[in-house]
Amino acid sequence: MILTTIVFLPLVGALLLFLLPSDKFVRILAFIIAVVEFVFSLGILEKFDGASAQLQLVEIIPWIPQFGINYFIGVDGISLWLILLTTFLTPITILASWKAIDKKVKSFHFCMLLLETAMLGTFLAMDAILFYSFWELMLIPMYLLIGVWGGDRRIYASVKFFIYTMVGSVFMLVAIIALMYYAKAQLGVISASFLDFYKLKVPFEANNYLSPQTLMFFAFALAFAIKVPMFPLHTWLPDAHVQAPTPGSVILAGVLLKMGTYGFLRLAIPLFPEASEYFALIFIGLAVFGIIYGALVAMVQPDMKKLVAYSSVSHLGYVILGLFTFNVYGVSGGLYQMLNHGISTGALFLLVGMIYERTHSREISKYGGLAKALPLFTVAFFITTLSSIAVPGTNGFIGEFLILLGAFQRSKILAGIAVTGVIWGAVYMLWMFKRVFFGSAGELVPEIADDSHGDHSHDHKSKGEDSHKDHKHPLFDLDFREIAVMVPMLVFVFWMGLFPNQFLDKSKASIDYFVQNRTSYHLTIKGDVDTSNAIAQK
Amino acid sequence: MTNDILIAVLLLSPLSGFLINGVFVKQNNRHSVLAGGIATLASGISFLCALVLFLTLTHQGEESAIHTAFLHWLNVGGFKADIAFNVDPISGIMILIITGVGSLIHLYSVGYMSHDPKPAKFFSYLNLFLFNMLVLVLGDNLLLMFVGWEGVGLCSYLLIGFWYEDPEKAAAGMKAFVVNRIGDAGFLLGLFMIFLNFHSVEFHELSKMTFTPEAGFWGPITIATLCLFIGATGKSAQIPLFVWLPDAMAGPTPVSALIHAATMVTAGIYMIVRLNFIFVAAPTTMGVIAVVGAATALFAASIGLFQNDIKKILAYSTVSQLGYMFLGVGVGAFSAGFFHLMTHAFFKALMFLGAGSVIHGMHHEQDVRKMGGLRKKMPVTYYTFLMGWLAIIGTPMFSGFFSKDEILWRAYSSPLGSKTLWLCGVAGAVMTAFYMTRLMALTFWGESRVDKSVKVHESPLTMTLPLMVLAVLSLVGGWVGIPHTMGSIAGVPNIFEEWLHHSVHDVEALGSVIEEWSTMGISVALAALSATLAYTLYVRSPEIIPGLMARFRVLHNLISNKYYVDEAYFKIIVDPIVMMSRGLWAYLDVRVVDRTTYLLTDVVRGTGANLRLMVNGNVQQYAVYIVFGIILTLSFLFMR
Repeated sequence: MILTTIVFLPLVGALLLFLLPSDKFVRILAFIIAVVEFVFSLGILEKFDGASAQLQLVEIIPWIPQFGINYFIGVDGISLWLILLTTFLTPITILASWKAIDKKVKSFHFCMLLLETAMLGTFLAMDAILFYSFWELMLIPMYLLIGVWGGDRRIYASVKFFIYTMVGSVFMLVAIIALMYYAKAQLGVISASFLDFYKLKVPFEANNYLSPQTLMFFAFALAFAIKVPMFPLHTWLPDAHVQAPTPGSVILAGVLLKMGTYGFLRLAIPLFPEASEYFALIFIGLAVFGIIYGALVAMVQPDMKKLVAYSSVSHLGYVILGLFTFNVYGVSGGLYQMLNHGISTGALFLLVGMIYERTHSREISKYGGLAKALPLFTVAFFITTLSSIAVPGTNGFIGEFLILLGAFQRSKILAGIAVTGVIWGAVYMLWMFKRVFFGSAGELVPEIADDSHGDHSHDHKSKGEDSHKDHKHPLFDLDFREIAVMVPMLVFVFWMGLFPNQFLDKSKASIDYFVQNRTSYHLTIKGDVDTSNAIAQK
Repeated sequence: MTNDILIAVLLLSPLSGFLINGVFVKQNNRHSVLAGGIATLASGISFLCALVLFLTLTHQGEESAIHTAFLHWLNVGGFKADIAFNVDPISGIMILIITGVGSLIHLYSVGYMSHDPKPAKFFSYLNLFLFNMLVLVLGDNLLLMFVGWEGVGLCSYLLIGFWYEDPEKAAAGMKAFVVNRIGDAGFLLGLFMIFLNFHSVEFHELSKMTFTPEAGFWGPITIATLCLFIGATGKSAQIPLFVWLPDAMAGPTPVSALIHAATMVTAGIYMIVRLNFIFVAAPTTMGVIAVVGAATALFAASIGLFQNDIKKILAYSTVSQLGYMFLGVGVGAFSAGFFHLMTHAFFKALMFLGAGSVIHGMHHEQDVRKMGGLRKKMPVTYYTFLMGWLAIIGTPMFSGFFSKDEILWRAYSSPLGSKTLWLCGVAGAVMTAFYMTRLMALTFWGESRVDKSVKVHESPLTMTLPLMVLAVLSLVGGWVGIPHTMGSIAGVPNIFEEWLHHSVHDVEALGSVIEEWSTMGISVALAALSATLAYTLYVRSPEIIPGLMARFRVLHNLISNKYYVDEAYFKIIVDPIVMMSRGLWAYLDVRVVDRTTYLLTDVVRGTGANLRLMVNGNVQQYAVYIVFGIILTLSFLFMR
């Protein structure tokens, strides 16, 4: 029951919110629910057997038995860390929105918790229709988060986000239905179970672009590629990110984008092994292009949030590159990079949000000299920058290193191009860092006198009107709540960078199985529950 | 067991210093002695550990090494990299240099940074650097070496941009990091290549393998070593990636001494010496290394001729000296290159610290044209600097003489060397003697040109003590590596070479004793001549300089503007990339990609609008549709 509890606890909590009278209690309750949810999800980690590649903690309840549709959830080494990432980020974003969200507080937290249920459901669903339902369910709260609590052009951005994602998922739905009919033809029973889907042999012809496997592969791939997003389907992302409120951006970058990469790993690649192999180079090529393109476009952004948004295109390019190498290094690195991106880009959005709250500007050129004015903020931002540019010792390095190693094994030329991404990454991040934090105090930044001359300068300054602490400049350093938001993120930056085996070991069996049996991927269930019985009941 | 603890303390001591100074000591000028004390103590403890480890090593006899594995770091598929460290004859010398020279520089910094508003930060970065540098040299696999490799780059970035309020200094830090990253990308590719061909990145495993020498450009060993060498050109400031090092002088001077002269910039040479058994199997790479080294030695020395910033002169000198080291390892004289690394660490650290003392005493003046006659006002600085000068221009019996001469001789005599390489080296040595003598003349000799308002003072003991120790080392540091030809006369063995004998496989020299003596004679004589010329020009009769400058104006402009390399890089590489990126964003992203999707939505909307006209509630019209539909379906079925 643990998985069901974890999926629906946020939803139940979200409904409870409506019983509360004041915004303050709503915030507290929502936060408590999210924390409890995170603690519960640690239970999965406890019960999960990392030595097994099988699907674990499975629960199956017949849902629409006539069509072989079940409520079927389970976890394996591929989804495990993504679930924990989701439950980890949600309380952090709720804490981060404590002050920034001041209208429709109840609805906001309802959306956040509903979104958490939808995200967890998507990662855990092992039934295509259930998966699709959760997948679409994610859209609604996210659409509202952008459209209600977003910036000036929020309506435009939210509609764009909605339409893009919708277009992709419609094709996916068609492909899912087709697969269900294939199941009926090949297995004798109609089924929407992923495990049954894996057994199917969808006809593939190498040079025929209309062969069923190719068509269905692209139907899935389109939905996932939009979500990732891969070049050239990425243009909804900068708009959505810039307009979304900070919590929306964090969840969007941290978890929602991973739905795309997760989809490739869970469905598009193992379901259509021949087609994915045949078209792998296209995806690798687009990924490598995206790495460099995203970085170059990020470099010239005048808006910090947009810069981070384009950097996501670059970072997710690494993930796709890793997954499509089909070797153990690339796939491990790709999976690791999904988590890294959740942490480091999530942290970047949080940090950008924090100064936006203070000054209502994200214009890089209006800043400068923050290092002196906001020392704690600077340290947090710098560590996050290091993670983003993959300095060894941080989580980012492990992911990028493994991906590039995997890519090099597959194609030396493409890896040689992709490796220049480490240069561009340093360029756009450090250039922004330099302009925002170094140099003299910018337009929005308070001047800080040097403490070098000790008492002398103090005497001199106290004569001035606004040098005393009681007159607080709008741009002040991190407060206690914000430190509490950032510390867990930064801890994971180093934890994942210094002890990667602790994380990778849990996923090792699943990744090894995926890599070795990609062309005959037959995921099985660990333990007693048996799908065929459940389906055969009716 | 004790060795494990020693290595742990060696590494953790500076790391703790970093954390204590970074987290607990307040950023306040009043705490400068406290912060400096903690950092120096941390570094000193490290030095003691290094010393004990080194002595243990000498007692263990030949082919000895101390190996410690702490934990598994990254195991994926066949890839395995542990947190494991290895003290062997090569890294043993390195840790002594790093912690020894490092401790002296920490001590020096206590005096140098005494007026700075944020000493705790400075010292925490300095300790962090020490930690990373130790990881770089002790790491037992390429990945751990890369951790240190990037780690020192990060500290270098932080320390170059230490006074970040000045946008130029912040820019210099960023430039250093980015240029180094170009090298790092090469290092990574080299690492991948080695792993995928030899299935290991661990030094103790790789060193047991046999690497059959391969010719041409496209063998796996050649590609791997070339990629690694790209990494080395970044970190060790060689052509074409040397441009960051002169700018790096924006950092506080002790940083220039420690990071940008004695330790970090030598990492490239260290890496090649460490992997000498792989590099010798790639003669093409060796050729490239030798040529790049010789070219850099010559090129940078020529830029050094007419610089006016005392630190910039030393910076170009460092680039040039690093070129010598690469020339040495490139012709297969690994121990000679490594020997020069050590002696250079002594005399160049000394000269940077001396320059720092001058800058400190002159209240932040760095222009040599505004100095002169400082020998009287700063005697300790002067006499110690003098030792450094004698060492770098290759005065016989000084440390630099033995190491540089050995490299030149090997360049001449090794089967991988050539007379041209030797000639480049000699020409570089001649220029070195010139610019260094010019530096001495303009700074310490002659009449004072110091502005009357500047009260020049000698530096405090915390600063001069390290100078004295390094001055002694600049003299005697070379005596451990006296070449056989010379040493055999006095019966002195070449301890350095024997020490490395089992870890490093030098390519044997081929020349005769007579050749060795005469080539040495030529280079010493020419250098002496060049130094005399500089002395004459800048001390005896400076009045003829303007005339000479006017006569060779074009050449002088070209050289004093550093051959416009920076400008060219900006014009050819940086600006076009920024412009292209702006174009990509404004046109490709916004106009093309985004607009195309609008077009698609327009099509959908247009279709929808037309379809809506058909659904108008007129039942008769619907009947017509149905009929049409039936006809269409039937005809479709019959056609098949």
